[in-house]
This record gives sequence, structure tokens and C-alpha cells, in this order.
Amino acid sequence: MGNDIVVVCEGDAGRLKKYSLELVAKAAEMATALDATVRAVAVGKGLAEALQVVGPYGVTRATAIDAPGLTGHYNSDAATAALSTWLQQVQPMAVLSSTSAHGRDYLPRVATRLKTGFISDAIALTVTDGRLVARRPIYAGKALVDCVVTGSPQMIGIRPNVFGLPAATGGVATVETVTVEIAPPRETIREVVAAAQRVVDLTEAEIIVSGGRAMGSSDNFRYIRDLADALGGTVGASRAAVDAGYIPHAHQVGQTGKTVNPTLYVACGISGAIQHLAGMRTARHIVAINKDADAPIFARADFGIVGDLFTILPILTEKIRKVRSA
Amino acid sequence: MKIGVLVKQVPDTATKIVLTANGRGIEEGNVKWVMNPYDEYAVEAALRLQGPLSAEVVVFSLGPARAVETLRMALAMGCDRAVRIHAETPLDAFATGNALAVAIAASGCELVFGGKQAVDDDAGQVLQIVAEVLHWPVVSVANQLHVHAGNDGITVHRPAAGGVTEVVELGFPAVIGCDKGLNTPRYPSLPGIMKAKQKPLTEQQSRDLLGGVSPHVVLQQFSLPPDRPAGRKITGDPENVAQQLVDWLHNEIKVI
Ligand SMILES: Cc1cc2nc3c(=O)[nH]c(=O)nc-3n(C[C@H](O)[C@H](O)[C@H](O)COP(=O)(O)OP(=O)(O)OC[C@H]3O[C@@H](n4cnc5c(N)ncnc54)[C@H](O)[C@@H]3O)c2cc1C
Ligand SMILES: Nc1ncnc2c1ncn2[C@@H]1O[C@H](COP(=O)(O)O)[C@@H](O)[C@H]1O
Repeated sequence: MGNDIVVVCEGDAGRLKKYSLELVAKAAEMATALDATVRAVAVGKGLAEALQVVGPYGVTRATAIDAPGLTGHYNSDAATAALSTWLQQVQPMAVLSSTSAHGRDYLPRVATRLKTGFISDAIALTVTDGRLVARRPIYAGKALVDCVVTGSPQMIGIRPNVFGLPAATGGVATVETVTVEIAPPRETIREVVAAAQRVVDLTEAEIIVSGGRAMGSSDNFRYIRDLADALGGTVGASRAAVDAGYIPHAHQVGQTGKTVNPTLYVACGISGAIQHLAGMRTARHIVAINKDADAPIFARADFGIVGDLFTILPILTEKIRKVRSA
Repeated sequence: MKIGVLVKQVPDTATKIVLTANGRGIEEGNVKWVMNPYDEYAVEAALRLQGPLSAEVVVFSLGPARAVETLRMALAMGCDRAVRIHAETPLDAFATGNALAVAIAASGCELVFGGKQAVDDDAGQVLQIVAEVLHWPVVSVANQLHVHAGNDGITVHRPAAGGVTEVVELGFPAVIGCDKGLNTPRYPSLPGIMKAKQKPLTEQQSRDLLGGVSPHVVLQQFSLPPDRPAGRKITGDPENVAQQLVDWLHNEIKVI
């Protein structure tokens, strides 16, 4: 076993994901306590150049992993084979990744091939006695558990957006491309269908404005979209709004929807059912607008407004536009 | 063909979670146990193929004696037989997946459905581990599925980031994780509940299945999430409350 910490990065359209960069910076910060060296990797075509950005965050060695069978589209089988083959050669002490849609799909597979354990969806990472300790929510966020991987490497997936990005320094990364041999993937990606409207991935969003059953129609969701636009945010929804057909399921926040972790979450006309809270309770700041002063959402909100959202939202949107354009 | 379904018994999502005094687990006294909601979609997916593929549907659960209730529920919905795997000590996802995989291999199943995640540990890993141990391909989250004409494979829709849907084709054998939207799970009928009592339910020991494979993740300490300090709650003139919120966003938390 070496003393490398490998950070598995993801990219999109030739750019590294911000959550990957945050993880790289976090690993660099923890490297001293672990007496380790951090290496950044990315699996897939065309990410070598994107990996350059890790340099200023304290990581000078990066590897783009390529393999015949990898295409521009995610393929679980191919990604699993490519990453595990490379990790078997490198034998790092730890592997950190993000539990994005793809990360949470293939990292447990990679861990199994390496005959080690994987902790998914951690929201905090510390070092005790030279080992990584991951804190993760369980029971829909109603409890937390601290856990460690006793196998090797220690593999941990971290929920996107939990670490901020520190200031960049002047470092420069050297990026190598390594091609590994893998078995032909058994899964075929027949098609990749884009969303009808481009939905910014909720799990990555910094600001989310969500509407609930109170919206009453898909047309009324424009109040939510307008506020989200004014804030530079993304639209979310409760299950009641999704089930009523006001908005597609891709927007649903909660236990049977997305787990989100934004800086700001604005819940409009959402009562705050436990299953909704499960998806957004780790948001840094929560705002609630609801006409029922006793709605449970207010117990979670840092800032609550008791009132009619149809009156308040247009005024709020207008005021925010003014502040932002000032 | 045989189809396997993996079901886990979990606390009802409305359960209040209370930690044990030593902080190593949760108090189970007042917990209402149910079938993991995503596993209901898995049972339904298997049952919809039972007729068309002339399949026997075998349902598996690894858990304590009470997990039998969840298996009976699956039998009442229409599964043909059940296997409970007994574990002396709690297992992590790796050991759970290994034990289930060995039991599945022994049963001769060629297609396995499970939930995309269990709502107790919220891990979303066991199906991928099962698939890897079996050397089968897996789609860990699927919200649409159809079997190819000729019954030689399956097409599923996998939701990815940004509202994107990946249309994935697989041959058999395969493991599929079921998400909300895949189907509407049936309720067990009264005759179904009666019949379930007669259906075969066998028991296996995880020790025998694991043959030395041991857990790789250790849970050290449970805790409850910190209470948020009470926030402010304001009401009044819309113009005025909106302004207060804007000031807060701008001056205090500085997001605008
Ligand atoms: C297994 C399971 C999984 C679930 N998963 C999810 C999930 O993933 N996500 C999720 O959200 N839910 C989920 N639910 C459903 C959840 O229990 C609630 O039913 C749902 O969140 C309620 O949505 P809501 O708050 O929009 O609607 P309601 O609970 O009906 O609340 C509407 C609110 O709007 C307020 N209101 C009405 N008119 C106005 C107005 N003009 N101005 C201001 N406020 C107004 C009301 O006071 C009320 O508080 C799940 C349930 C189960 C059983
Ligand atoms: N103990 C278990 N017994 C049977 N199936 C399980 C068990 N644990 C997990 N599963 C299956 O794996 C899925 C994902 O679980 P998890 O990885 O724990 O989130 C569940 O929805 C079940 O279908």
C-alpha cells in the first residue's frame, strides 16, 4: 500500500466539476495529517486538460484514465473496469470521490473489485489515528453516524457541495494520460435523453427555490422560476407539486427525490413534511414562506415569512433583481 | 427463468429516531417496521414479469427474525418463495452484498431487482456489490424498464444528473435498482395474504454463505443532528417583509 490519496474527479463538457475541485482542495488540506500525497484522477475522454485546474489547489500530480470502450457518455461497466484496473496498479491508501449520480453508481462497484469497503454520501471528513473518519446522515438525516473503512484502500464518497473552495495558490499540475485495458462493457448506452428544459443538477445547486402544493398549477410555477432566476438559482419542488403534475419529477427534493445541499434553500408553500426535510435539511440557510404560522417548515427555517406567497414572491423577486443589478 | 427480489425491513419513515444510551445504535422499542419503500417497486417489477417470462419469483432478505414479516408481505403480493438470511452480528454493505450474492447464485436466479436505496442506512450500495460478486452488470437506479422481444435482455432508463435520462441495454443476467416512477406497487390481497402463509420460506446462515468474507466498514458512533438555532419568523405588510428578507440575504448571509 502506498501513501497516495486518490481523488476521483468528474468533468462535464471539458470542465472539472466544482465539487471535484472542492474535494481535491480538502484532500490537499488533510494530506499532512495522513502523511500522504494527493493525486487527482478523472475517468473518460477529454478530461486531461480539465485536470490542469487542480494545480492551484495544492495538487501537482494528475492522471486522466482512458480505456478502449470509454466514450463521451458514462458507462457504468467501463468506468468501473477502468478505475479499478488503475487503482489496482497504484494501490493508494485512500480514494475520495463525490456521490454524484454517477459516483454513487460505480464507486461501490470499484470498492468491491478492490475487496474493500465504501462509505457513501459523507458530509464531513476528519482524521483520527491516521485514519479517515466519515460522518454520514442515516434515517433520512434524522441521525448521523461516524464510520471508518477498515479495508484498504479506504474509499469514501462525499456529498457534493459540502466543502467550500479555498483561495487558489500558484501551483501547477502535471497531467499524464494513462490508457488501461478493460473487458468490453456489457451495458450499451442506447441513447442519452436531455431534459425537456435544461435542469441544472439540483444536487450541485448553490441556491434552490422550491414550490409546493400551494402553487396550484404548473403555470403558477413561474413565480418560483422568476425568483430562482433573480437569485441565480435552480427550481425545486415538493412531491405534492410533482404528483399534481405541476413540474417533472427531476425537480423533486426529498426522500424519493433529490438530496440537495445548497447554500440557500427557499421553500415556498411547502409544509415541511419529514420526507421533504430529508432532502434539504443540510442546506446552510433555509428560508420558508408559508401562510400557516404553524407549518413545520418554520421549525427548520432560519428566516420565515408568514404570508401569502402569491403576494410576496413578485415583490421579493423585484427587490432582489434591483439589489443584484445595483 | 427465476427472478430474485431483494427486500429489506426498515423503520417506517415517520419513525422518530432515538439513539441507544451508548450511542452505538437506535432504540428499536417503538419502531414500526415496514418494507423499504423502494423495494416495493422491486417486488412489483418482478411480479409484472412473472407471467410473461413464466418466472418463479424468489424474494430474499438478510435481517433478524422480524424480517420474516417483510418476506411474508412480499409473498402476499405474489412472490413464490422466500429466503431469510440470518446474521448473528450486523453486517456492512460489503458483507450483506456478498451473502445475498451467494444465496442468489445458489437459487439460479438470472435477473435480480432491488431498491435503489434502503431508507435506513441510505447507502445505495448493496445492489452494486451483489452484481460485482456475481460478475453481473447492474443498473443501480432505473425508473423505466422493458424486456426485449425474445426475452433476451432488458432496456432501462437511468436518471442521471441535470434531468438527463440514460437509456441502457443489458443482457441477462443483470441486477436492477428500482426507483420511484417505475411502477405502482400493488397491495397484497386478502387471498394473497392467506396463500402467503403456505408458501415456502427457508432460512440460511450468513456465516455459511460468507465463508470468511468479513465487513470492511465499522460504525463508530451515532449522533443526532444539531438542532438549528430558532430562526426568525416575521409577518406583516408584504412590502416590508420582503424588504427584511432581502436585507438578510444581502447583509447577513451575503448570498446576493
Ligand atoms: C414514502 C414517502 C416518500 C415521500 N417522499 C417525498 C419527497 O421525496 N419529497 C417530498 O416533498 N415529499 C415526499 N413525500 C410526501 C410528504 O409526506 C408530503 O406529503 C409532501 O412533502 C407535501 O408537499 P407540500 O408541502 O407541497 O404540500 P402540503 O403538505 O399540502 O403543504 C402545502 C403548504 O402550502 C401552504 N400554503 C397554501 N397556500 C399558500 C399560499 N397562498 N401562500 C403560502 N403558503 C401557502 C400551506 O399552509 C401548506 O403548509 C413522501 C411521502 C412518503 C410516504
Ligand atoms: N439486508 C438486506 N436484505 C435484502 N436486501 C437488501 C438488504 N440490504 C439492502 N438490500 C437491497 O439493496 C438495496 C439498496 O440498499 P442499500 O445499499 O442498503 O441502500 C435495498 O433497496 C434492497 O433491495
